[in-house]
Amino acid sequence: MHRRGGLSPRAREEIAGWLWTSPWLLGFLLFFFGPMVASLYLSFTKYAIGGTPQVIGLDNFVRALSGKDDLFWPSMGRTVEYAFVMVPIGIGLSLLAATLLNQGLKGTAVFRTLFFLPSLTPVVAAAVIWRWLYQPDFGAINWLLWQLGVDEGPRWLTTPDLALPSLMLIALWASVGGGAMVIFLAGLQSVPRELHDAAAIDGANAWQRFRNVTLPLITPTIFFNLVIGIIAALKVFALAVLATQGGPNYATWFFNLHLYNNAFQFFEMGYASALAWIFFLLVVSLTLLNVRWSRNWVHYEGEERA
Amino acid sequence: MSAAQSLSTLARFRTPEQVRARWAWYAGRGILYALAALGAILFMGPFLFAISGSLKSAAEMHVFPPPLLPAQPAFGNYARLFDIPGVYFAKWYLNSIIITCASVLGTVVSACAAAYGFSRFRWRLRDFFFIVLLSTLVLPEEVVIIPKFLMFHYVPQALFGHTWIDTWWPLIVPSWFGGGAFSVFLMRQFFLQIPRDLDEAAIIDGANSWQILRHILLPLAQPALATVAIFSFLTHWNDFFHPLIYLSTVESFPLSVGLRWFQQAANDPSEPRDHLLMAASMLMVLPCVLIFFTMQRYFVRGIVMSGIKG
Repeated sequence: MHRRGGLSPRAREEIAGWLWTSPWLLGFLLFFFGPMVASLYLSFTKYAIGGTPQVIGLDNFVRALSGKDDLFWPSMGRTVEYAFVMVPIGIGLSLLAATLLNQGLKGTAVFRTLFFLPSLTPVVAAAVIWRWLYQPDFGAINWLLWQLGVDEGPRWLTTPDLALPSLMLIALWASVGGGAMVIFLAGLQSVPRELHDAAAIDGANAWQRFRNVTLPLITPTIFFNLVIGIIAALKVFALAVLATQGGPNYATWFFNLHLYNNAFQFFEMGYASALAWIFFLLVVSLTLLNVRWSRNWVHYEGEERA
Repeated sequence: MSAAQSLSTLARFRTPEQVRARWAWYAGRGILYALAALGAILFMGPFLFAISGSLKSAAEMHVFPPPLLPAQPAFGNYARLFDIPGVYFAKWYLNSIIITCASVLGTVVSACAAAYGFSRFRWRLRDFFFIVLLSTLVLPEEVVIIPKFLMFHYVPQALFGHTWIDTWWPLIVPSWFGGGAFSVFLMRQFFLQIPRDLDEAAIIDGANSWQILRHILLPLAQPALATVAIFSFLTHWNDFFHPLIYLSTVESFPLSVGLRWFQQAANDPSEPRDHLLMAASMLMVLPCVLIFFTMQRYFVRGIVMSGIKG
């Protein structure tokens, strides 16, 4: 074979590989790696847009962690609370819905579509719709309660104790029938029928078959949904901006609202960068913890069992 | 008359145990159908109520108990949206379409190229960068948003003499650089499933790498292209965070921040707008639902593939 430009085929493959991948490589450098480094640097500075960054050491981190910023810990607490309540309930309901769709019911395709449609709703539209459902005087939810005999339903989004659970309900509506359910459904369909039949012959009832046959086999799927779910929940932002604006009385003031406010309302870019890095470390450490913990309960196919 | 005799249609089940088992099975099925119906009501209820609300008059939105259906469907609500002074609904819709299409195109083109590089060539650091790619899947965008904002302000100012803040460029340009880890990952998985024999035959025939991509891989990869395009469409159509940060001119808003502006900033208490907000929400959901119904099989494939280990 003739060689163009005297390059060996191996060298040409090397160059072609770099070239074809270059859009993503450049994007990674420009929009991920570079900004990560830059925000780490900014986190050690006092910096307002237009000025010059002024290095102040760890002051930003001290300000956040010491509680001098009196919204830091509450916003962190709200966010973790939201994630730790939302994710288990969400995964449980998604699995329940997927199990229901895996029973060979007639009309399964229709049910699947109906379950899935809310997850297609843009968060802005979901917030607009639910604000109206929650409307205390004319809304559908208090109307349902009225039918059950509650004369004056609660003011859902404007009562501090109710705002967070109300947001969770919107998020559950918009996520339970979505990606997690579809992934569970695929996982359930890959469980071999013979295992179920064998367990049934051995006298296992439906719950025992689910608990001892299905559940262990779909642990990788549960793990995947758990990792994705926790990250998504920690990032909660748009829903709170749209439905409650972080209120009432900061009851739904999530971490990313706090970050956004510091960065793009107060233009405290240095402090906000420190918040961003704290958030990043939180997400990474929770994900790593999850991976570590998963060794105790996730079974992969072909792996030796103890 | 015993229960068994009354069940003569179920002739196969004669002993009392069998009859009981049969009834238990029916009861179980009944419960499952009831649960599925309950789920459907819970999921679709808010949706249907919003559709009904979008067709109500302003007065009907503020009566208790709320009527399930409007006395007379007010289709005019939808027309009225495009006709409110100070609310640029048509403009927002068009802006959303332009921003979304430009981003989807960039995502598909650049994710294809990157996935081709990751799946068909051996190069140093390829496996390392693939791990990096996967780890960006869990990297929250919030961490890099501040430097990105500064970059989109200062770099274009230095290069072109004006900032890109309050323009669409920051919303579109990143999509042309890989279009996100998920898109590259999905395309790569798909390319790996296409046998290499096809490429090798083409190489012997003298095809270069562009011709192989163009004439061999892309025609076979159309389902993957569709999947990436759909998810990219939904991501950009629904995106609220980025337009909120980068845009401040109301006329240049896409639908997401426009709708929020309509809901909050432009709220004139003398003119109740809940019915119009419902109509606006429905118009925002519409393209997503249409795409879902026309491309359902790509959806499921895409979601399931995202759950497969690399």
